[in-house]
Amino acid sequence: MKLCWFHLMPYTDLPDDFREKHPGVWVDIDSGLLDPAFVHTIYNDFMDELEHAAEQGFDGICVNEHHSNGYGLMPSPNLIASTLARRTRDAAIVVMGNSLALYNPPTRIAEEMAMLDCISGGRLVAGFPVGTPMDTCYAYGQNPSTLRDRYYEAHDLIMKAWTSREPFTWNGRFNKQRYVNVWPRPIQKPHPPIWIPGGGSVETWRWCAEMDYVYAYLSYFGYKRGLATMQGFWNEMDELGKDRNPFRAGFLQFVGVADTREEAMKLYREPAEYFYGRCLHIDPRFAAPPGYTTEASVRARVRSMVSQAAGAGGGPAIAQDFDQIVEQGYVVIGSPDEVADQLRTVATSLNVGQLMLLLQFGNMSKELTMHNSELFASKVMPQLQGLFEDEWENEWWPKPLASGRRAEPRPVAS
Amino acid sequence: MVAEAARLGSARRASSGGVVSAVSERSVEVNGRPCRVWEKGDGPLLGVLLGAPGALEWSPFLERLSAERRVVVPSIPGFPGGLGHDRIDGHVDWIAATLDLLEAAGVAGADLVGTSVGATLSMEAAIFAPGLVRRLALVAPFGLWEDSEPVTDAWAVRPGDVSLLSAAPEKLAAAMAVPEGGDPIEHQVMLLRASETAARLLWPTTDTGVAKRLHRLRNETLILWGSEDRLIPASYAKRFANAISGPTIVRSIEGAGHAAWFDAPEAVADAILEFLR
Repeated sequence: MKLCWFHLMPYTDLPDDFREKHPGVWVDIDSGLLDPAFVHTIYNDFMDELEHAAEQGFDGICVNEHHSNGYGLMPSPNLIASTLARRTRDAAIVVMGNSLALYNPPTRIAEEMAMLDCISGGRLVAGFPVGTPMDTCYAYGQNPSTLRDRYYEAHDLIMKAWTSREPFTWNGRFNKQRYVNVWPRPIQKPHPPIWIPGGGSVETWRWCAEMDYVYAYLSYFGYKRGLATMQGFWNEMDELGKDRNPFRAGFLQFVGVADTREEAMKLYREPAEYFYGRCLHIDPRFAAPPGYTTEASVRARVRSMVSQAAGAGGGPAIAQDFDQIVEQGYVVIGSPDEVADQLRTVATSLNVGQLMLLLQFGNMSKELTMHNSELFASKVMPQLQGLFEDEWENEWWPKPLASGRRAEPRPVAS
Repeated sequence: MVAEAARLGSARRASSGGVVSAVSERSVEVNGRPCRVWEKGDGPLLGVLLGAPGALEWSPFLERLSAERRVVVPSIPGFPGGLGHDRIDGHVDWIAATLDLLEAAGVAGADLVGTSVGATLSMEAAIFAPGLVRRLALVAPFGLWEDSEPVTDAWAVRPGDVSLLSAAPEKLAAAMAVPEGGDPIEHQVMLLRASETAARLLWPTTDTGVAKRLHRLRNETLILWGSEDRLIPASYAKRFANAISGPTIVRSIEGAGHAAWFDAPEAVADAILEFLR
């Protein structure tokens, strides 16, 4: 299986009384809370952590896109990914991803991702999210009623831009471009692997199956709550006659490793409670713009317990106390052996081959983050590598240039 | 093409006592999708385009109007009774759909009442097809924007919160509840669709650019506004009136919220009937 190291890049200095004093972490978060000089420090820490993860042998390093968000300081994941492409050698650069409907023209995404694939020597995974309501409809003003149609059109335009030999005219419903002819083109042919971050919508599952893309369920609530959604996904694959290749699916899991479970309970309590208490303090006013969820999904959500468990706004309240957070499986913690056992259960019970791990979360320090990564890489990773690989081929992993053909970036002078 | 399929409808329940008889219902097509048309009353023809949340029932407001006029209520695509909002991409599409709807419903050339989103579209109909609309009564239209007095974000609300719409939100919420014998899922979908439809037209700021066109509105116009409108400042009534070329009267509906025709049906209906007499 593939083990990827995912960074959300949270602002790590939200005040203790953030929940009480502020309406939310997203959209209208108080800019008075932000110190750009401090952001300088944590950006560099975060990029160190990602580079460190690559050095430790993680298969991929992941970045994603959020806007006006106190727990996600990457409005442009491509900026971060470009530096990672220069300063790492072998890890996949997993951009999870660019919200397709936000860019005008979407050709911009075809260009930037092609640049990333070229700079990295063909190591890009191209993530194509719709984007959350907070990011797309409120922070970026996109119309929720047309967002999905724009998303699908942008997807079609990008794919054609990557694969069409000739310049072409795009006369779409939402985008009109007389000359589409992106330079550069991706190294990977016909295009980089496409991963679709999504919630629990049947329509997204069907689309992933039809297009043969990876469906990545990026939940913050761990494998126990993710089980119903992933079972729904696999049942749908059965219905559609697709195989159960676990590499069709990605899943996000928070992890904290220590020498013992007791120590892990001590080390990861504060960052976990910071994340679930402050970072997920989301104002419900921004959670459900009309039209964001399709009518079919609204009907399914009301009717189906599966969708209730997966959908935004459904399901039980978010646990904020660490004991509950661990008990409910949001964060997997323990000794290396305990974590390996639990993650094997996660991977096999959800049948997920592309595992994305949050080893930095909340206000976790760089020191603890690197400790977590090192313990994971040295003692957990060896117990999980190879899982599924005898039986299944990972058709959704980058195919980079041979190492002899790859450029050698000039070392950074001090 | 616009087709019409006449269908005799059943009586609708009135929300404030008594069974209302003789509301007829038929369906017309706009962009190939059905839109319901209700009709009741005798007298000169009066078209009514209801917005936010649309025509959920034959309401006291419509009943009052129908005492003096033959009231025809076409459902805007996407609002209760109407489908096809998803075929409408831009403002020009919206205007064309509105003209199609008014013609199909048989109210071309009649007086026209529009409320909220319905008022926004009624204005455009009068601007682009002056012969299609006689006198115009508008209740709290969207379409203008002033940085110093911004329109509140109608969609940044918790699910089910209608307090921005009405000065009596509990009453409005009750009116929007699932009717007896109704399908709760489909009812929820219908209300969400109405909200989505308004968003489709007005997201994100509700500025439709009509400021540049209002000088072409030459009809006799009545503008009504709830004094307690929490969505659009009541001062916008004057802004509209100042920009419209036709003779324009502004009246405040005291104590009413954005959905003044719901909060104060008699006062709004009487002001309209007086204007039209």
